[in-house]
Amino acid sequence: MVDIPEHLLQRSAEARAKALGISIEQAMAEMKGQSDPTVISKEPEVKVIDETPTPTAETPAPPPETSAPAPAAETITPIKEEHAAETTEKVAAVKIDEKPAAAKPPPPAKADAPDEVDFAPEVKVTQRLLTVVKAKPIQKPVKEPIDKVNTWPHLMLPEFVALMAMTAFLIFLSAILQAPLLEEANPNVTPNPAKAPWYFLGLQEMLSYWDPQIAGVMIPTVVGLILWMAFPYIDRNPETHPSKRKFAIMFYTFFLAGAGTLTIIGVLFRGPGWNWVYPWIDGIWFDDLLDWIHFE
Amino acid sequence: MSFRDRLKETRAKASDGFRGGKLMSSIFRPGSPFRKGYVDSPRNRSYVVMNNVLYHLHPVKVKRHGVRLSYTLCLGGLSFFLFIVLTITGIWLMFYFRPTELAYVDIQNLQTTIAFGSLVRNMHRWGAHLMVLVVFLHMSRVFYHGAYKAPREFNWVIGVILLLLTLLLSFTGYLLPWDQLAIWAVTVGGNMAGYVPVVGAQVKFGLFAGLEATTATLLRFYVLHVLFFPFIIVIFMAVHFWRVRKDGGISGPL
Ligand code: HEM
Repeated sequence: MVDIPEHLLQRSAEARAKALGISIEQAMAEMKGQSDPTVISKEPEVKVIDETPTPTAETPAPPPETSAPAPAAETITPIKEEHAAETTEKVAAVKIDEKPAAAKPPPPAKADAPDEVDFAPEVKVTQRLLTVVKAKPIQKPVKEPIDKVNTWPHLMLPEFVALMAMTAFLIFLSAILQAPLLEEANPNVTPNPAKAPWYFLGLQEMLSYWDPQIAGVMIPTVVGLILWMAFPYIDRNPETHPSKRKFAIMFYTFFLAGAGTLTIIGVLFRGPGWNWVYPWIDGIWFDDLLDWIHFE
Repeated sequence: MSFRDRLKETRAKASDGFRGGKLMSSIFRPGSPFRKGYVDSPRNRSYVVMNNVLYHLHPVKVKRHGVRLSYTLCLGGLSFFLFIVLTITGIWLMFYFRPTELAYVDIQNLQTTIAFGSLVRNMHRWGAHLMVLVVFLHMSRVFYHGAYKAPREFNWVIGVILLLLTLLLSFTGYLLPWDQLAIWAVTVGGNMAGYVPVVGAQVKFGLFAGLEATTATLLRFYVLHVLFFPFIIVIFMAVHFWRVRKDGGISGPL
């Protein structure tokens, strides 16, 4: 049995009650098979229905149409296999019920009338719920809809806040930290140590280990850079969740830790002659940042 | 009606008249909150972006998870914003700076005699360091999210080029104050470039405009710093942002 929602049942019961002039409870009972169907005794609606198709009768009907009415009853029941038997029975019942009524006033235009007329008597009898087809799209959408929000204000306001916070931070920093300005450039006086900008200090530190094989450092650096650019084409693992790309995560984390360590050593722990110093004992040998806490 | 209420009404009328006037309507396109009659509706929210130059940067709608600050940490946006700040402060600094033997004196004067000179110079310098850091963090965020994976591979390539350009901008700027820090840091960095296999010597010569850092190097770095690299990086940024949108917006969620 098809699970018909209560409100639909109620609606068709009301319609049936109205058509047959019986109470709604009675109609409901009939529909549920708990009571015998009411026999129709009156038939005034026939005229009402017959009036509608008559204008079409004036025009000569095209010959092929005459064969149409016969299969009409079947064509309205394209129902799923499991309910088929049940439903044809119902349709049959309907047809038998109304046969006399429909046959009594045989309008001359009958044969030429459009299909609807043939089962118009059904309407007169009652409305019957043949089946409930679940609302399902014919095509399954391939893409799930994406949960989106308006850029204004949901993205632009946070962006604006971030921008303001960054500006405030930068102005604050610039107000308390004076950028360094040492003596005028003099190619003849080499400071000791001479340090590159901080983002190159990891590299400078590495170069100090392998001093004789400087090329042995620079070749991997250049090759590494090219490989880094090509990285998305090398890492073909399509997963993005960290648990499914442990190697990549580990690789980058080691790189970060290594680069960070080398840079910090280069910045803070290297003094004159590129010798190891402790910043809290020997002072900071880095003029760029932290010019304002110059020990010595 | 009290005086206050009347004042309020007059002001509201004047504001409406101004916002609805020809001038404002000519500046702000339909849907702008600065025009008269803006009400907060989904349609107008779309117009704020769609009828705006912003539409070049942002789509009308974005993925809900993408606007969570915890996903991008706004690092890409902040990289871009720092670039803007650096452009503005940099143009300001250009008014007071000559890339010659006078460079050092110019910086000294900037710091001591020009209103806000010190502050603007500091903002430019710390902002530059910050940008290197933020771009690097942005790259790390992209890596940890696997956001470089298909279809975003090429945007990663552009990103690495942006990182290099950021470093080059910072490095060329480093020389400009023409003090001992500047000249020797650039000498060390340039010498490292000299160790690059095959083309090292040529790269170093081209960078220094000679064998060592001189005022010729200063002029060269200046032109690269204020004109060439900014020009190139803006082009790559444009492609970068465009690709972010064409690749389907922010990646994820994980
Ligand atoms: C000047 C430097 C850069 C700027 C201004 C910039 C700007 C941006 C912006 C605004 C976004 C949007 C999402 C976000 O904010 O995270 C983005 C995304 C992206 N960036 Fe960058 N970026 C820069 C450098 C880089 C670098 C160095 C890399 C990597 C090597 C990179 C790779 C990417 C990728 C793959 C995306 C897409 C991420 C996603 O869809 O989740 N960018 N960039």
